[in-house]
Amino acid sequence: MLRALCLWVPDWPVLAAVRDGAARVGVPLAVVAANRVVACSSAARAQGVRRGHRRREAQSLCPALVVLPHDDDRDHRLFSPLVDALEALVAGVQVVRPGLVMVGAGGPARYYGGERAAALALRSALAEEGVSDARVGIADGAFTADLAARDAPADAPVRIVPPGAAAAFLAPQPVAALDDPDLATLLGRLGVRTLGEFAQLPAEAVRDRFGERGAHRHALASARDPRGLVPRIPPLDLERVLELEPPLDRVDQVAFAVRRLADEVVETLSGHRLVATAIRIGFRDELGGEHERAWLHPRSFRPSEIVDRVRWQLSGATRTAGAATGAPTGPDLRAAVSRVRIVPESLDALAHHEPGLWGAGPDERVHHALARVQSLLGHEAVLTAQRSGGRSLAERRVLVPWGDRAVLTRPLDRPWPGALPQPAPATVYASRHPVAVVDERGETVRVDERLRLSGSPAGFAPSAGGAVRPIVSWAGPWPLEERWWDPARARRAHRLQVVDSGGVAWLLVLEGASWWAEAKYD
Amino acid sequence: MPALALSPLASPDAGPGAGPAAGARLQTVDTVQALQARIDALQRTTLDSALMPMLMPTHEALADLLPDGGLKEGAAYSVTPSSALVMALLAGPSAAGSWCGVVGMPEFGVEAAEAMGLDLDRLVLVPHPGDQWLTVTASIADALGVVVVKPGRAAGDAAVARLASRLRERGSTLLVVGAWPQTEAMISLTESRWSGLGSGSGCLTSREVTVTVTSRRSPRPVSGRLLMPDPEQGIRRLDPRAMPRAAARTATERAREAWREVG
Repeated sequence: MLRALCLWVPDWPVLAAVRDGAARVGVPLAVVAANRVVACSSAARAQGVRRGHRRREAQSLCPALVVLPHDDDRDHRLFSPLVDALEALVAGVQVVRPGLVMVGAGGPARYYGGERAAALALRSALAEEGVSDARVGIADGAFTADLAARDAPADAPVRIVPPGAAAAFLAPQPVAALDDPDLATLLGRLGVRTLGEFAQLPAEAVRDRFGERGAHRHALASARDPRGLVPRIPPLDLERVLELEPPLDRVDQVAFAVRRLADEVVETLSGHRLVATAIRIGFRDELGGEHERAWLHPRSFRPSEIVDRVRWQLSGATRTAGAATGAPTGPDLRAAVSRVRIVPESLDALAHHEPGLWGAGPDERVHHALARVQSLLGHEAVLTAQRSGGRSLAERRVLVPWGDRAVLTRPLDRPWPGALPQPAPATVYASRHPVAVVDERGETVRVDERLRLSGSPAGFAPSAGGAVRPIVSWAGPWPLEERWWDPARARRAHRLQVVDSGGVAWLLVLEGASWWAEAKYD
Repeated sequence: MPALALSPLASPDAGPGAGPAAGARLQTVDTVQALQARIDALQRTTLDSALMPMLMPTHEALADLLPDGGLKEGAAYSVTPSSALVMALLAGPSAAGSWCGVVGMPEFGVEAAEAMGLDLDRLVLVPHPGDQWLTVTASIADALGVVVVKPGRAAGDAAVARLASRLRERGSTLLVVGAWPQTEAMISLTESRWSGLGSGSGCLTSREVTVTVTSRRSPRPVSGRLLMPDPEQGIRRLDPRAMPRAAARTATERAREAWREVG
C-alpha cells in the first residue's frame, strides 16, 4: 500500500482572501459560494459558524461576520507559489485542490530520516511562505492520509497512522467523512454510522445495493484506497530575462546583448522538442516604464529572427509618435533599457516544423527572402494584402505586415451600400492629391444639400499646379455619409467618376469644400 | 546564307488575296521569320532552352503579343506606367501559382488586382523601399516568380547587369514600370477608351485599350486591341489573333527544315 503524505492548510479560501488583501486578519470572516459557507475564519468558528451554513444563518450567529464571495481563481493563484516551494523540496506533488496536496511519503521519509522529520520539513517550508498553520497526515492511502491530516489538532499538527493501522484508524470515523451526503444519509437510515461498520458489510452486497460508486466508497472505508497519486507536471519555464547593467540606450547595443538570450530561448525550446510560433517581448526602462508586444511568425522563430523583433520593437517604442501598427501595449520607453524579457507564447512540436529531405518547397524560400527584406527595412515594410468590406477605397483593403495575422473588422460579405460599383480602380492613391474641379465658366464645382452640382464639370487640375485636363464624360455625385452619430469618425463626401480627354478615368472626391483625386482607373 | 539576303523584301503587312506574287512574298516573310527565330535560339546562353524558352503562364489575351508567346523566365520587361497593365501581366503567373511581388508602388489597387485574377495570398507588397529598392528587388526576385518594380532613382549599369544575371539564374521575371536598359520587350498601353459613362449618368463598365509590344527582335511593334477590364472584370481580346501560337510553332519547325537545306 502506498504511504501517502497529506498536507492540509485549514480554511485556505479564507487565508487566500486575507493574503490577497480582500479582508483583514482577525475579523470573523466567511467565504460563501451558492449561498453556503465554504470556509470561515477561526474567529467566525468561535461564534458558531460552520461550513455548509446558509449565509443568513451564519450572519444571525455572528452579526459582525464579513462575507466574501468564493473566488476559485484567487485560491489557485495564491496557492501556486506554495506548491512551487514544496516542489523545491520533494518531487511528485499532487494538488488535490487549493489548500490540499498529496505527496508520496516514501522518498521524503528516506531523505529526511523519518516520516515525522519529512512532515516537519514541509511544514517549515510553508511557514517560510507565511502559512503558519498547516496539518500533515501520513498514512496508507491518500484517503486515510487526508482524514489523518484533518484529525490532527493545531497544537500537534503531524498525525502519523502507522503502516497497517489504517483500518483501525478509519473505523471510528463517521460515514460523513466519505464526503458523499447521499450515501451518508442512506447509510445512517440503515443504521450504519461509522466507516468501520460500513467496511464490515460484504463487498458484493454493497456493490449490488449501491453500484460502482458505493463499491468505491466501501473500498475507501475498508482502507483499500485504489487511487494512486498523480503528481503534477511542473510547467516548463521557458521565459528568459536579461538584466542590463548598466542600462543600454541604443537599439543596436540592446540587439547585440539580446543575441545570447535569443539563442538560449530557442535552445531551451528545442531541448523540449518545441518551437515557438509566437513570442512576447517586454522591455523595462530605467524609469520603470514597460513596453510589451506579441510577435507572430508564419513558421517558427529562429534566434536571429527574435533579435530582429527586439530591434524593430525597440525602434518602434522609442519613436516619438506612436506610429507602429502592431498594437504595442503600455507607454513608450523614455529612458535606457534595463531589462529584456522574452516569453514564448504559443508553442508547437518541433516535428511539425522539420524541413523535409528536399527542403520545404517554394514557400520556405519566399519566407526567407521576405524576412531578409524585413530585417533590412523593418517589420511593416513588407505587406500582404487582403480585401475587406467597407465603403471607401482605403477601407476596402487591409494591409498586414508579412507574418502577422489579419484582423478583419469589416466583413466582406455585407452589402455595404454606397460602395463604388465594379470595376475597382487599379491605382488607389496612398495620400490625398488635391485637385480643382471647374465647370465651363471656370468656377469651382460645388454640391448642394439636394445633391445638385453647381455646374457640369468641364475640367480638373492638380492644385499643386499643372495643366487642366478636360473632362469628356462624368457621372455623379454619389454621396457617402457614414457614422453621422459619431462626430469623431463621421464622414460626408461626394464622389465623381470622370474620364479625361486622354481616356483615363478618375475618381474625384469632394469632402468639405475641397476636391481631391482618390483613385485613377489607368 | 542565301536566305538572309531575302530579308529586305520582307514586308509583314502584305495582306491576303493580293495575287500570286503576294503569296510568294508571304512565304518569304515566313522563311525570314523562321530563320530569325532559329538564329535567336542559337544565340541563347542556356542549352536546355535552346528551342523552347521557358515561359511563365501568361494571360492568353496578352500572350501572343509578347515575343516567344509569353513572359519569359529570367527576362526583364519595361511597362508603361499603368497599374491595370501590370495587373493584367501578373494575372497569368499568379493564377498559375507563382508568387508576385510589387516593389515601390504604394498606390497598387488590391481590389482591382483580385478582380483581374491575382491571388492575394501570393501577393507581396513593398510599398516604400526608399533608396534600397534595387537590393529589395534583388532579394525578392530570389524567391518570387514575378517582381514588379517602380524604380526610385536611376540605377547604375553594373547594378542592372548584376540584377539581370541574378534573374537569369533564378528564372524570375522582372516587370519594370518605366524605362529600363536591356529589356526583352517594352509593353505599352495606348488609346484607352472607357465606356459606360455619359455626361452626368452611368458608371464605368469597361475599357478598350491597345497594347503595343516593342521588342528587339521583331521588325515592327506588335499590337492588339483588348477589353481590359471587360464588363465581367476580366481581360478579353477584341481583334483576331495576329499570329496564333500554332503558326509560330510551325515557323520554328520550318526554320529547322530550312536550316537543314542550307547546311
